[in-house]
Amino acid sequence: MPAYLDNAATTPMRPEAVEAMLPFLSDRFGNPSGAHAVSREARKALDDARDTVAHHLGARPAEIVFTGSGTEADNLAVLGGAAARPGPTVCSAIEHHAVLHACDALGDNRVVAVDAAGVIDLDRLAALLDPTVSVVSVMLANNEVGTIEPLAEVAALVRELAPQAVLHTDAVQAFSWLDVAALAAPADLVAVSAHKFGGPKGVGALVVRQGVTVRPIIHGGGQERDRRSGTHNVAGIVAMAAAMHATVESRDATVDRVRALRDRLADGLVAGVPGCTETGNRATKIAGNCHLSFDGVESEELLVLLDAAGVYASAGSACASGAVDPSHVLAAMGMTRAQAVGSLRLSLGAGTTDADVDLALDVVPAAVARLRTG
Amino acid sequence: MRILAAMSGGVDSSVAAALLVEEGHEVTGVTLRLWDNPTDAGCCSVAEIDDARSVSNLLGIDHLVWTFIEEFDAKVVAPYAAAHAEGLTPNPCIECNRHLKFGRLLRRATQLGFDAVATGHHARIVDGRLLRGADPQKDQSYVLYVLGQDELRRCRFPVGTMTKAGVRAKAAALGLPTAAKPDSQDVCFVTTSGGRHALLASRIPLHAGRVVDTAGAQVGSVDALELVTVGQRKGLGTGGGPRRYAVHVDTAARTVTVGDAGDLLAGSVRLGQLCWVDGPVEGRVDVQTSAHGEPVGAAFDGTAVRFDEPQRRVAPGQSVVLYRGDEVLGGGVAVVAG
Repeated sequence: MPAYLDNAATTPMRPEAVEAMLPFLSDRFGNPSGAHAVSREARKALDDARDTVAHHLGARPAEIVFTGSGTEADNLAVLGGAAARPGPTVCSAIEHHAVLHACDALGDNRVVAVDAAGVIDLDRLAALLDPTVSVVSVMLANNEVGTIEPLAEVAALVRELAPQAVLHTDAVQAFSWLDVAALAAPADLVAVSAHKFGGPKGVGALVVRQGVTVRPIIHGGGQERDRRSGTHNVAGIVAMAAAMHATVESRDATVDRVRALRDRLADGLVAGVPGCTETGNRATKIAGNCHLSFDGVESEELLVLLDAAGVYASAGSACASGAVDPSHVLAAMGMTRAQAVGSLRLSLGAGTTDADVDLALDVVPAAVARLRTG
Repeated sequence: MRILAAMSGGVDSSVAAALLVEEGHEVTGVTLRLWDNPTDAGCCSVAEIDDARSVSNLLGIDHLVWTFIEEFDAKVVAPYAAAHAEGLTPNPCIECNRHLKFGRLLRRATQLGFDAVATGHHARIVDGRLLRGADPQKDQSYVLYVLGQDELRRCRFPVGTMTKAGVRAKAAALGLPTAAKPDSQDVCFVTTSGGRHALLASRIPLHAGRVVDTAGAQVGSVDALELVTVGQRKGLGTGGGPRRYAVHVDTAARTVTVGDAGDLLAGSVRLGQLCWVDGPVEGRVDVQTSAHGEPVGAAFDGTAVRFDEPQRRVAPGQSVVLYRGDEVLGGGVAVVAG
C-alpha cells in the first residue's frame, strides 16, 4: 500500500462529505437564489451549511462568505480589505502566495520577518505597523513547515498600532489541527479551504466579522450579501460543512494520534538518516507536519525515488508548471540554499496510519542513501 | 530499458519519446525549466511545459518538470554574457548541452536508475560513433561535439535517422498536439528576453566603439561593441561604399576593425577547450565552423586547423567542429588570433 503523505497539498475526501454532496450533483440541483420549490430546497441546504460552517469557525452565519477556493478567500480579504480602506498592507514573510502575491499586487506591502522556526518577529511587526496600514495578514499555521503563529499577540499589536487596519488570518492549513474558532477569534477575516480537511476542491470560505467591510473582487448578481457574486456551489458548500463537522468531532483524537505518528516519523528519520535535520520546532507546529532537510540531496531527485516506491510527498511549493520552486518560506527562516534544496515535506492527515509511517521510515532512508552514493 | 526523454514541448522531442514508447521502452518524460520565462510563449514557458505534458499523457508516460534555472544561469547565461564582454561570440547551446542536458540531467537520470537520456536532436549514434543526422537541413551534430563515449553510451537520439518532414508526419500520424509547431529559435533565453541587446544590457556594461579600417582610420562607430561579431557587415555605421566586414573586435581598445571580403579570410584557426568523441585526432578533417555552415577540407595539427582554402574568419568564441565524413570527431572553441 502506498503512503499518501501530502495532506498539506490536499486531503482525501471524507465519506461524510462525499455522501452529503451527492444529492446536489443530481436531484437537488436548484439555484438557491430562485423563488420556487427547487430553489428553496437548495437554499435550505445552503443555509444549513452556513450555520454549520459559522459554528465551527466561531462566527455568525451572516459573517460567512463562501468562495471558490482558499486562494479566493485570501484574495478577497487582502484586495477587498485594502479596497475598503486604502493604505499599505503588512504580511509575514511566510504567507502562502495567495496572500503574499495579493499583497504584492497592491504595490505597497511591508513584509515581516520570521525567526528560524518560522514564527513571526513581533518586534519587526510592531515596527512596520502605523495608523495608515490597511490590511495585516498573518497566517494561523504555515503550509510548508507547519509553524503556528501567535495570532493573539499579533492582534494586540495591530489594535494598538494600526487601529484602522483589518487583521486577516489564513487558516487554510490550520483547520484540521487547531481550534480555529477560538484561535482566529482575534482576527477580522479568516480564510479556510474545504479540500484541506476532507472536503472537495473548489470551495472555501472567508469569515468577515460584523462591521468589517470588504469590497467585492467578483462582481455580478450580488450573492453572499454583495460580497461575492456567482451562483453558489451548493454541493461543494454542503460537503464543506459536512467535512468541517466530521473534522471537528474527531479533531482532538486525530491530533493526538497523528502527533504520535509524526513524532515517530520525524524521530525515526532524524535518528536513522545521517545529515537529516528537522525544520522548525515541534512545540509550535501543527501535528500533521513533518519537514526535514537532507544534506547533499536534492528534493527533486528524492521525490522521484519516493514516488516510485509509493511514498507521496512534496518539497517546496508547487508552481503552475508542476516544477518545484525554491521556497520563500525556508529562505525567510534563514535556511541556507543547500539545505532548502534538500528539503522534504511529509504531511500527515486524519487518514494516516502506522503502516504509512513504516513505509516512509523504510523508503526515505534508502532513497537518501542511494542518492548520496550516486 | 528505462529511458528518460527530455521533452521541450517541441515536435522533435515529442516524436523521440513516442518512438521509444513504440519500441517498448519504459519511458518517462521530463521538461527542464532552464530559464524563468516571464512570457506565456517560447522555451521554458508554462505553455511549452503543458505541451510536453499533453504529449506525455497521450503516450501514457509519466512527465516530470525539473528546475535547473540556477545551473543554467551559472553555466550558460553568465558565461555567455562574460564572453560578449570580452568581444567573443559564444555558442550557448553547446554549453547547455555540455553542462545541462548531457551533464546535470544525464547525471541525475543515471542516479535515479535510468539507463539512458533521449533528446530530439537530429544526430545519430552508431557503435559509439556520433554521426550527422539523416536530414542534412536539420543536422544538429555540430552542437553535440562535446559528448564523449561515457555520454554517448547513455544517450539516445531517436529522430536522428529521420527527416524533419518524416518527424512531422510521424507526429501527425500519432495525433501529437505538437505536430505543426514551428521549429524553435536558436538561443532560447535570448529570444524570450527581448533580444541579444536587451539581455546583454541587463548583464554587462555595453560600450560605444570606434570602427576603424585596417590602416587604423575611423570609418564609423557602434553603440555596443560587445554585440559585434567577426564577419558582421551591417550595423557598423560605415555608410555606403564598398562592403566592409568586422574582422576584429578589441574590447580593451574599444575598436572594431573592418576590412573587405579579402581581409575577412583566414588560412587557419587555433582551437582551445578541445573535446573528443573518442580520443584526440589529428590529420585530415572536414571542418564546420557554425551550426549551419558547410564543412570544408582542412588539416588539424593538434592545436590549429589549417584550411585547404582560406575561409571566412571564425569569430573567436565560436565552436569549430571536426568531422570525417558524417562522423563527428570532436572540436574546440576558436581562440582570438595573435
